[in-house]
Amino acid sequence: MTGSRAVKALLYAQLAVGAVLALLPMVWMVSASLMPAGEASTFPPRLFPREVTFEHYVALFTRLHLGRYFLNSAGIALAVTSVSLLVNSMAGYAFAKLRFRGRDRTFRLLATGLVVPVQVAMLPLFLLMKQLGLVNTYWGVVIPGMASIFGIFLIRQYALSIPDDLLDAARMDGAGELRIFGSIVLPTIVPILATLAIWTFLSTWNDFMWPLIVLSDERRYTLPVALANLAGEHVQDTELMMAGSVLTILPVMLVFLFLQRYYVQGVMVGSVKG
Amino acid sequence: MLEAPEAGVAAGAPARTSAPAAPRRRFRAPGEENRAAYVFLAPALLLIGVFFFLPVAAALVLSFTDFDLYSVADPANVRWVGLRNYARLLDTPLFWQAMGNTLYFALVGGPLSIGVSLAAALLLNSRLVRFKGFFRTVYFTPFVTTLVAVAIVWRYLYHTRYGLLNYVLGWVGIGPVDWLGDPRWAMPAIILMAVWKSFGYNMLIFIAGLQAIPEELYEAARIDGASALQRFRHVTLPQLGPTLLFVGVVTLIGFFQLFVEPYVMTMGGPLRATTSVVLLMYEEGFRWWRMGYAAAVAFVLFLVTLAATLVQLRLRKEEG
Repeated sequence: MTGSRAVKALLYAQLAVGAVLALLPMVWMVSASLMPAGEASTFPPRLFPREVTFEHYVALFTRLHLGRYFLNSAGIALAVTSVSLLVNSMAGYAFAKLRFRGRDRTFRLLATGLVVPVQVAMLPLFLLMKQLGLVNTYWGVVIPGMASIFGIFLIRQYALSIPDDLLDAARMDGAGELRIFGSIVLPTIVPILATLAIWTFLSTWNDFMWPLIVLSDERRYTLPVALANLAGEHVQDTELMMAGSVLTILPVMLVFLFLQRYYVQGVMVGSVKG
Repeated sequence: MLEAPEAGVAAGAPARTSAPAAPRRRFRAPGEENRAAYVFLAPALLLIGVFFFLPVAAALVLSFTDFDLYSVADPANVRWVGLRNYARLLDTPLFWQAMGNTLYFALVGGPLSIGVSLAAALLLNSRLVRFKGFFRTVYFTPFVTTLVAVAIVWRYLYHTRYGLLNYVLGWVGIGPVDWLGDPRWAMPAIILMAVWKSFGYNMLIFIAGLQAIPEELYEAARIDGASALQRFRHVTLPQLGPTLLFVGVVTLIGFFQLFVEPYVMTMGGPLRATTSVVLLMYEEGFRWWRMGYAAAVAFVLFLVTLAATLVQLRLRKEEG
């Protein structure tokens, strides 16, 4: 059995190297954010600060208004998540469980939308937003995110498992369709709602290109847009930029770590079907 | 294409239990249409129609016009120019360079990312390994992070003098490389970062795919005396076929949309070596407001994406 032990050691060695590579950039980011100005730009590079300082975090919140961008991002991500959850679950349920004319054709049309790069829509979308007076407003960021093809797919796939008998029984009892949706469907699909909520929140928080395009007033910037902007002005301030990166990544990381069960299961469980 | 999203993306599990064969008691006659459905669908379809499909169609129209800064101010200035934007595009070296860069990124970075994902999934799927949950979380972490933020972090990791990467390479005698300042190395550097950032997602999908392979197949192969490598080639890979197709299609679509990395790390340089098609579209459309021209750029990207998807579907069909 020494062979198997050697194999095992080799496996763990590879896994450990992989783990170090996966985490090192983020470990360095956190570490550099705590170094006094200039310490991250020395040779040889330091992996840990000689002495810890929080001056960059203080500077970000006091001098560079990061709190404001933080609230912008949080507000936009929460708004998109809550609205899209309702809109997508209604549509996903309808595609899965209700009969109506053109159902399959509509669904297929939606599916083709998944091959179209979103950037193709951005130029006319900007002009549309301009017409609607929504350029440089939070709504301009929120509205295009309020429904998603991916979200509808996710919900539909899960809602297919709701037994028809359950719905029909409720109809026999005279329950209206909205009531059935609210009191039977929604409680049944809670796990996939959790998955979709986390997914939407994270991708909205992380989104960059559309907010960059539609927001021009600095006070309305989301965190990633503000960060990219800062990175241009403060190229030399390594430690400051690392602190900004930490603050941008921290919320999504916490959401992921605490709720990863839903997030990961959503990805894994579904792909088995493939 | 239609089955791809259904097949893979994160869908809920019990989907297979649908479509029961037994006749069901129905309050409504079978086939009768449920008008409530339209109420449920209306918000989503309206939003997606107005804010996605309509703009996509409009982009096609836009690409046949000379929509520019003057038209932004007053739409009356727009003129129909037919295919002139496309002709100009194909005549512009910068467009071809951007297309070449994007293909480089997608065709090298995409497969590399998938390869790393598969390797990580195979490691994590080994029966000898414990703490799988821990390693899985660690490997998935880069995927969750904010791209803009990690692009900034990597910009410093790649620093010629103070960067961690050159420091480590120095141990084995490799001289300092100007990663983001040298046209030869800038794209490989961006690819390396993109692989690090993206492999976790496909890894999860591969793990699920590996777990779905019946153990008996491996047993049978073992009895036939197949080596580990042969088992991988003749059992694992064919069984992963549909998963590979899904992963390939989705990954390539994503990689064709390269934008944030060059925007944040190199601004498309040095010498335009990392200017991607989307970055070019952004610059033409939103910096110089040549929106008709930019729309043509966007549409060519769409066509290339579509072609790459169709090629993969065709290849898969021929194999299967």
